[in-house]
Amino acid sequence: MSGERVKILTGNDLLTGDVTWWTGNGWSRHIADAAPVGDDATQIAQSEEADRKVVGAYVIDAQSDAEGLRPAHIKERIRALGPTVRLDLSLRPNDPAASAWIA
Amino acid sequence: MPMYQYDTHDQAMVDARVAEFSDQVARRLAGTLSEEQFRPLRLKNGLYLQLHAYMLRVAIPYGTLNSRQMHMLGDIADKYDRGYGHFTTRQNIQYNWIKLEDTPAILADLASVGMHAIQTSGNCIRNTTADHFAGAAADEVADPRPYAELLRQWSTFHPEFDYLPRKFKVAIIGSDTDRAAMRLHDIGIQVVKNDAGETGLKVYVGGGMGRTPMIAPVIREFLPPLQMISYLEACLRVYNRYGRRDNKYKARIKILVHEIGADEYRRQVEEEFAHILTLGLEPPPAELERIKGFFADPAFDTQSADTIDRSDPDFALWVDQNVHAHKAPGHAIVTVSLKPAGGIPGDASADQIRLLADLARDYSFDELRVTHAQNIVLPHVRKADLYAIWQKLDAAGLANANLDLIGDIIACPGLDYCSLANARSIPVAQKISERFADPARQAEIGELKLKISGCINACGHHHAGHIGILGVDRKGTENYQLLLGGSEGADTSLGTIVGPGFSEDGIVDAVEKATQVYLDRREDGERFLDTYRRLGVAPFKEAIYG
Repeated sequence: MSGERVKILTGNDLLTGDVTWWTGNGWSRHIADAAPVGDDATQIAQSEEADRKVVGAYVIDAQSDAEGLRPAHIKERIRALGPTVRLDLSLRPNDPAASAWIA
Repeated sequence: MPMYQYDTHDQAMVDARVAEFSDQVARRLAGTLSEEQFRPLRLKNGLYLQLHAYMLRVAIPYGTLNSRQMHMLGDIADKYDRGYGHFTTRQNIQYNWIKLEDTPAILADLASVGMHAIQTSGNCIRNTTADHFAGAAADEVADPRPYAELLRQWSTFHPEFDYLPRKFKVAIIGSDTDRAAMRLHDIGIQVVKNDAGETGLKVYVGGGMGRTPMIAPVIREFLPPLQMISYLEACLRVYNRYGRRDNKYKARIKILVHEIGADEYRRQVEEEFAHILTLGLEPPPAELERIKGFFADPAFDTQSADTIDRSDPDFALWVDQNVHAHKAPGHAIVTVSLKPAGGIPGDASADQIRLLADLARDYSFDELRVTHAQNIVLPHVRKADLYAIWQKLDAAGLANANLDLIGDIIACPGLDYCSLANARSIPVAQKISERFADPARQAEIGELKLKISGCINACGHHHAGHIGILGVDRKGTENYQLLLGGSEGADTSLGTIVGPGFSEDGIVDAVEKATQVYLDRREDGERFLDTYRRLGVAPFKEAIYG
C-alpha cells in the first residue's frame, strides 16, 4: 500500500449509531471528510463523547494518497463503506468499484 | 392457537421494562447517563452497537411465534430499520440499522404483541431454544415446549443468575432426533420416557462451541419433570460459585465441568439439589398443567387427504426436501428455506416476513417457528394446502428446495455487520451456494450441513458442520480454515481443521474438492458425514492440498 500513513479518529453517532469520522471541527459520515489527528486525538475523543456527539471514539491507521483516505485494516474499510453484501445500503450504492476498495 | 399466551404478570413485566428503558434512553440522550453507565443497560435490552449502527436482537422464546407477532417483526423492519431482518442461529431476529432514539418505540411495539428483547445479551440466561418441530414431529416422545416455557418464566429476571461468569444458553428437545444442537449448549435437556412410560428429563451440562468447543456430558439420566427448576437452579448455582471470572475465555460452564470432571460436577450439583429441594422452589403441579394447556393440539382436520398431488415436478422437489412428517394424519411440517442461491442466509425482507405471517394465519393454526439453521417453519399444515402454500412461497422467492443440502448454509453476519468478526462469512456462503446452485447437483450430494463463522466465537456453528468454515484474520487479510466431520444432531461431533487456510475463492474450491471425494468414494446410503467418518481425513486432505 502506498501513500502517507496517517491516523484518523472514528466512532459512532450517539443518536443514529452511524459510523462517523472526525473532520477537524465536527463529524462526517464520509471518510473522505476525515482529517488526520495527532497527539490531541484522545482529548478530542473525550471531549466529543462528553458532548454526546459520538460514542466509542478511537484512532485508526489509514493511508492518504491521491485517491483519498483508506483505512489500513479491512474492518475499518467495511465500516467506512457499509456491508459489502448490501452495497445498496452502503455509502457508495452506485459505485461498481466499491467492493474493490475493500479488498 | 397452540402456544403460550401472556398473562397479566407477563405483560406487566414487559411493559414495565419498556417504561424503564425509555427513561434510560432519555437520560442517556440528555447526558445524565454516560456511555459507560448506559452500555450495560442497553445490552440488557438487546441493543448492541455493531459495525455500522445499533443492532437490536429480539427474543423469540423457543423460536415460536404467532402470525401477529411475525407481522409486527415485518412492520418493525419497515418502520424502524431498512426493510429486512436477520433470523439468527439462536432462533431470534436481529435488526441491523436501529436508531437509539427509536428503541423505546420499538420495544413498545414488541410489547404490544407479547415480545421483548430482554436477556438477549449479557452474562445471564439467554433465550431458551428448542426443537423447531416441537409438538408437530411424528418422531416426538414428548412435547418440550411446556418445559421451555417454564424455563422462560424461571430464567427471566432471575436475580441470582443475572451476573453469571459468562452468558448461559439452554436448549431442549423432545425426540431422539436432535434438531436443536442440544449437546452443544451450556445445558441441554431431552424429554424422555423410561421403561415404565413415565416422562422425565435427561440433562446434559457443559457443552458449547466458541473457541473451546465441547460436547456436553450427561449429568442426570432421568429427572422428574416437576424437579426441573430445582435441578437447574443447582446446576447454575454450582457454576455461579465456581465458574471462572478472571478469564472470559475460560468462564463458560463447559470449562468448569471439564476441569473438575463430570463426576465431581454432578456430585456438587446433587448436593446442592438436595438442599434446594427443601426450599420448595418448584412451581405447583397445577402451574405446569396450566402451561401444558396452552400447547394442546389444535383442531387438526384428520379427515383431510393424506396424499399429495406431485404432478408439478418443481413442487414435488420442494415437498421431498422441505416437508416433514407430522404426527397428525393429513398434515405435514413445512420448512421455508431462507437460503436462495447467492442470497444472505437468514435474511428476510419485511414483505417476506409478513407473507410468512399470513401463511401461518391461513394454513398453520396461526403458528411459526424459527429454526437455529435460520429457516422458518410452518408446523401444522394440511397436506391438501401444500401446493397453494408452495405457489405463494415461490412467488415471493421463498420456495428454495434445499433444506439440509449444501445450499442450506448457516452463516453468522460476519465482518459485514459484526464488530467481533475477523472475516466476512456471508460472501463465502453466497459463492458456495452459487457454485452449487443446480438443484440436481445438490440433490446428488444429498444431506450436507455447511456452517460458516466469521470468528472463533462460532455463532455460525462451524464446529458442528459436516463441512465447517472458520474465518480468521491473517495479518489483516481474511483467511478461511476448513473443518470436516462436525455434527449437531443425535450423533454430535466436532469438526477438525483439515490444514492451512484459504482465500475466499480458495475455500470455495476446497469445499468442491471435498464434495467430489465424497461422490467418488461414498457407499450406498452414506451421507457426506458417514463417508468422512469411514474414510477419515486423509483422502479429503490429499484431494484438497495434493
